Amino acid sequence: MISWFKYNNYPIFWKEYSKKCKQKQPKSIENTRFVVFDTETTGLDIADDRILSIGAIGIFKNTIDVADGFEIYIKQNQFKAETVEIHGILKEGKLTKLSEAKAMENFIAYIGNAVLVAHHTAFDIAMINAALKRLNLPKLKNKTIDTGILYKKLEGKKESHFNLDVLCKEFNIPKHDRHTAAGDAFITALLFLKIISKLRKERNLHYSDLFRVSGKEGLL
Amino acid sequence: MKNTIAERIYDFLKNFPPFDVLEKEQLFKIASNVKVLYIEKDNFVFKQAGNPHEHFYVVKDGAIGLYRNMDNEQILVDICDEGDIFGLRPLIQNDLYLMSAKANEESVLYAVSVEILKEIIQTNEKVKKFLIASFSSNIKTPYAKGTNGQLFANIEMQTSNTSFTEIRSAEFSKNPVTTLKNSTIKEAAQIMSEKRVGSILIVENRNPIGIITDKDLRQKIATGLFSIDESVTAIMSAPVKTFKPKITVAEAQIAMIKNKITHLCITKDGTNKTELIGVLSEHDIVVMHGNNPSLLIKKVYRAKDVNNLKYIREKTTNLLKGYIEQNIPITFISKIISEINEAITIKAIELSLEEMDKKPPVKFGWLALGSQGRKEQLLMTDQDNALVFEDIPPEKYQSTKQYFLQLAKKVTEKLNVIGFEYCPADMMASNPKWCLSLSEWKNQFDTWIKKPTEDAIMMCTIFFDYDLVYGDKKLVSAMSGSIYESIKSYEIFLNFLGRNALKNPPPIGFFRQFLLENDGANKDYFDLKSRALMPLVDAARLLTLSHQIKGKNNTASRFKKLIKVEPKNQDLYLSCIDSFNILLQFRTSQGLKNNDSGRYVDLNNLSKSEKLKLKGCFKPIRDVQELLNIRYNLAQMM
Repeated sequence: MISWFKYNNYPIFWKEYSKKCKQKQPKSIENTRFVVFDTETTGLDIADDRILSIGAIGIFKNTIDVADGFEIYIKQNQFKAETVEIHGILKEGKLTKLSEAKAMENFIAYIGNAVLVAHHTAFDIAMINAALKRLNLPKLKNKTIDTGILYKKLEGKKESHFNLDVLCKEFNIPKHDRHTAAGDAFITALLFLKIISKLRKERNLHYSDLFRVSGKEGLL
Repeated sequence: MKNTIAERIYDFLKNFPPFDVLEKEQLFKIASNVKVLYIEKDNFVFKQAGNPHEHFYVVKDGAIGLYRNMDNEQILVDICDEGDIFGLRPLIQNDLYLMSAKANEESVLYAVSVEILKEIIQTNEKVKKFLIASFSSNIKTPYAKGTNGQLFANIEMQTSNTSFTEIRSAEFSKNPVTTLKNSTIKEAAQIMSEKRVGSILIVENRNPIGIITDKDLRQKIATGLFSIDESVTAIMSAPVKTFKPKITVAEAQIAMIKNKITHLCITKDGTNKTELIGVLSEHDIVVMHGNNPSLLIKKVYRAKDVNNLKYIREKTTNLLKGYIEQNIPITFISKIISEINEAITIKAIELSLEEMDKKPPVKFGWLALGSQGRKEQLLMTDQDNALVFEDIPPEKYQSTKQYFLQLAKKVTEKLNVIGFEYCPADMMASNPKWCLSLSEWKNQFDTWIKKPTEDAIMMCTIFFDYDLVYGDKKLVSAMSGSIYESIKSYEIFLNFLGRNALKNPPPIGFFRQFLLENDGANKDYFDLKSRALMPLVDAARLLTLSHQIKGKNNTASRFKKLIKVEPKNQDLYLSCIDSFNILLQFRTSQGLKNNDSGRYVDLNNLSKSEKLKLKGCFKPIRDVQELLNIRYNLAQMM
């Protein structure tokens, strides 16, 4: 629990975000807004690396809503030439870039109290949280779902890591714009819909099932 | 702001109609508001009689089957695959879904907001037309008022942007050289020399009454037939052919060919009762565009032997290629090509007559049959023809028949050299069975009509579409009269003809490289002739016969005539004409492309828009077959 004093020092966008997260939310898959997102970063080190871009897209009523999309590029002093070939974002590219502070403000306002979905969520959430920390803000409050874990629930597999390329192939998803944040977010969103749909066919799928940790008991 | 996902959707949609004709901003707006759905196999997108959604759907991946419930049975109406649109009509017409949409395999759909589309429709005429066209294959009564002539607007879309010489208004000389009818020939010739023109119009109260050309001066004056002091009325050609100012190049060409004239008068309202405003000469047209069909026809008239004709027919194929490439309306093309074919056949007959020892013993008529008879033969196909000669006393029959068989042999040989190959079924005038006297023909038709075996019906479908190419008109009209008499006395014949017309129902549509058949049989090749063109030809023939309409042998003009007789079916018949024209054009371009008859179409080589074009034609075929089915109560006969 954060102190009242500290809370009062948070910027308005954060206060509104906190308020939204406290609201009672519908406990059904149908009526939940999911935000599927992906980040492109300078590397995989949570402390040293920085977010270069965030892409996200909303899902509501089992439908991906392109109009509910989010795509930003962030100005960073950190720059690693070796990862450019993965994400293709140059230090001084033609894209309009925002400061990290502004980017976080926009992202927080965009996600609201949606359930966050990503492929290997832990990394992306940690990157965002690290950025928030640099702005003296607390961690994200949203519920999260990892499509990698969801897939393991579906297939009952124990191996720890299924990368997005492997799943694209298995689920017959064209890999357009792979390794752009928005492109990967869209691919992950399709993957999410497909896995949910397959899970539904197998059993009566409840909202709470999505958040159960697999590997122990839960669904399986 | 960059929007990678919307850009990707934009890139997909832009390949498919009607999105391909949208402005860039319009399509981007649509793309950035798309909703993406994933539908598992066997799940429904919507169900029949359900309330319309706010979106219509475009198949991104997978396949959606459209089903109608009838008597507790689900009937597959269509399958939509990549790029196909469905579920739009109810949204625009504020109606319930008429069909259920079910995923035949797992599918990803783009849902497009109808509100955005409505905005675009208001400003983009092409999209509107496409949508009306695509409705026609999805709604209960597609021939509702207000869609006349627009059902196949997607075809128009391709032609309207380009301006072709043939459909462009012809540019005529605005200040024609004229003189009054009381002038002398000398005066007229003086004016012509002074103005350096090759023709002069004779006017009365500014209305054109006659024309004198250089040719008249050469043939009638220089030869001394008339004195130069006589009135112009003595040698002028009258009356003149008059046309409206809006005449197109193609129409002008046809008029000149038909009437064998070189000058057309343009008057205010197109009749010779109004003011003359210009003259259009053959020369004007040659200037307008080099490749000239009337020149070809002239060459036919002047041809000295069959090799000349062969050369001209080859030229005609080039002309045809040019026309098809330029998307000239098929009605113009078929008129011009038929005129040339006819002229070639006439010349072949004339050349053969010259080779005969004697003149024909009696009057005769040379008939073109089948597609040539209907003036629908654009590509070089087999020749189908027949000959009728006057009735003669029995003792002269053998020698007369021998004479005409010999003549027919010469003609068919020539046609074969020219490029119209012999008919494999020997339906040619050189066959003793099809070189008959008038009463023999009457008997033959009477037998076919009253004993309608399958063979007889097949013969009827070929022989009923005859067209007199050369010879005596009276013989042919006597023949037609007798056919109608026979049918009148044995009307059930029409039911047999009807049954034949329903033999080949059109497929439902296409699915990837497959044809969608009612019975589920798939093939990679589509028989364009028997599955699409012939059903329309057969239907038009049957319906005109049933109304005793004479002298209409062309499928399009048969349907036009039928509209006058059955105004209530106007919309259906109009769509049949459209379909027929599209199919004929399609067959011709396929034939030219593959250098064959164009009959079999390889579905793997068709583009999405070509498939859509063809699919749009199937609906009117199904509907006119349904009409025949009910009218002739054919279900009982099957």
